[in-house]
Amino acid sequence: MSSDWPLWEVFVRSKGGLAHRHVGSVHAPDAELALAHARDTYTRRLEGVSLWVVPSAEIVASDPDQAGELFEPAESKIYRHPTFYDIPDEVKHI
Amino acid sequence: MATIAVDPREDYLLRLGDDALVLGQRVSEWCGHGPVLEVDISLANLALDLIGQATLLLDEAGDGDQLAFHRDVLDFRNCLLVEQPNGDFAQTIARHLLYTTWQHMLLQRLQQSSDKFLSEFAHKAVKEVAYHRDLASEWTIRLGDGTEESARRMAEGLAWNWRLIPELFEVDDAMQAAIDSGIAPDPREFEEEYRAAIASVLAEARLEPPADQRPILGGRRGHHSEHLGHLLAVMQFLPRTYPDAKW
Amino acid sequence: MYTTELQKTGKIENLEDPQLLDAFEARVAADEFIEPKDWMPEAYRRTLTRQISQHAHSEIVGMLPEGNWITRAPSLRRKAILLAKVQDEAGHGLYLYCAAETLGTSREQMVEALHSGKAKYSTIFNYPTLTWADIGAIGWLVDGAAIMNQVPLQRTSYGPYARAMVRICKEESFHQRQGYEIMIAMANGTPEQKRMAQDALDRWWWPSLMMFGPPDENSPNTAQSMRWRIKRDTNDELRQKFVDVTVPQAEFLGLTVPDPDLAWNEEKGGYDFGEIDWEEFYAVVRGEGPVAKERMKARREAWDDGAWVREAADAHEAKRKQRKAA
Repeated sequence: MSSDWPLWEVFVRSKGGLAHRHVGSVHAPDAELALAHARDTYTRRLEGVSLWVVPSAEIVASDPDQAGELFEPAESKIYRHPTFYDIPDEVKHI
Repeated sequence: MATIAVDPREDYLLRLGDDALVLGQRVSEWCGHGPVLEVDISLANLALDLIGQATLLLDEAGDGDQLAFHRDVLDFRNCLLVEQPNGDFAQTIARHLLYTTWQHMLLQRLQQSSDKFLSEFAHKAVKEVAYHRDLASEWTIRLGDGTEESARRMAEGLAWNWRLIPELFEVDDAMQAAIDSGIAPDPREFEEEYRAAIASVLAEARLEPPADQRPILGGRRGHHSEHLGHLLAVMQFLPRTYPDAKW
Repeated sequence: MYTTELQKTGKIENLEDPQLLDAFEARVAADEFIEPKDWMPEAYRRTLTRQISQHAHSEIVGMLPEGNWITRAPSLRRKAILLAKVQDEAGHGLYLYCAAETLGTSREQMVEALHSGKAKYSTIFNYPTLTWADIGAIGWLVDGAAIMNQVPLQRTSYGPYARAMVRICKEESFHQRQGYEIMIAMANGTPEQKRMAQDALDRWWWPSLMMFGPPDENSPNTAQSMRWRIKRDTNDELRQKFVDVTVPQAEFLGLTVPDPDLAWNEEKGGYDFGEIDWEEFYAVVRGEGPVAKERMKARREAWDDGAWVREAADAHEAKRKQRKAA
């Protein structure tokens, strides 16, 4: 006899003010137990104040083969960064 | 060694401390053998909470290790429910549901104890135990309303432990003394609430409550089931065999 | 630890696109991380799946020898520490199975491979824990050896594996210390305790050295694994490092390492030590360790006895969804 539960991705907010961060996964039959398993597995050392769990199958990810077309065009948009602009040193608070 | 407590406070600390110790010991037997890795980890967390509670309570009653490892059956003050064997996962869950639902209601009230230590202890432990009760309820619902096999096992687990519920609400002389001195809540005050809470979980689990059985009592006065002696034999073996050793 | 290579996959025919392969090798050589959806050669995927799942199996089987003493721990403090440690091992097995799952093999398949005897786990867990000193020796020696192996794997090329190892190494930092603390208490205790401590070292020393795997000359895949950054030091390098740090720790305890050939070698700046009984090692790898049958029986029973629980929860969720839809 054998069967295992579906996989869930676990996200932990480590303290107030910070975003939830992916920490790993758990197997669970449903959302409530996925939260319980995430709590019991990933917050045993005071690692968090809030948890998200998401069925792994529901994550939509970008295709690594498209990484070039998706992300490289941003490399040439250097005018989006503050260091692109020359402002004389004597001008303050800008 | 005669440690028969006469002081109502010490007796009460032993009752709560021995409950936590014996139940913690039982739940820890699961470690490495759980039905799935995640549940193994959850069960270990429950046992760790209980051993932590036992340590606080027994250290307050005296020397925690001395009390845990050098008393015999007649001096243990835990209720009969917590010493019951694990059985299958359903029987373990049934025991945990029945005990921690009671323990949670008790701790809620114990926060108002006139005793500073007990009140602070309850304040800390009530959060742990709320999680125990919730987890046991969630599992009772899944097993009761799962497959035919799981429903049968859950019903059997409840039937096994059901006769031990009345002991949780028993008020004997020592308990009455603790209530009168303001350190302990009277458990009879929440018996109705307890019955309703259990009934509500069982209803959601689509399980019939077992028929009431003749109450079995005696644990609080050292008259235990046969199971406790074996639990102690295992738990106490090292300190008993080498009484001079430090570990 | 558990990362030692115990199983060889057959030669995988190289049918990969040479251009993709070159690009992959270049990324790994540049210490870039490979992520689950990235292209990777089939041999990399298979080797990693085997290595990570072996590592996971070792964590789970490794719960049993120490779990054997949870109910008999001699103080409340020791009981809580041991339970927390064994629970950590369950967590580490869980992280590692999840990391391996990202390579396309389900946990269920990996567990079945373990139970059928097809998959291997660290040889060390096929030895029995006889006395409380064994709990000290396992923490000190076995976790000590594991740390040597695991720390470099935090920089391994496969992202999910590296991230799992970061978490594991952080959590394991107390494991070896608690073991050594037990050994200190035992080695300085009553004559009976000292006897247990020495006996534990006698029994666990050689199996601990075997944990690093076969000697480099019998470890043919090492070069490829090192190129792929899924292994960062050779077996013999790690073994030497372990001996060098552990011998002084044994001396501090006043215990004798059971190796008459052990001697400091000034020239190499390390210890020379005796020949490992490789016959014993390969027998244990084949599943002939002293308590191999007990370990597998316990794991199969837990999984099989848990089947109805897993099914019940699935059935409940299906019913709930159906009711919601109705």
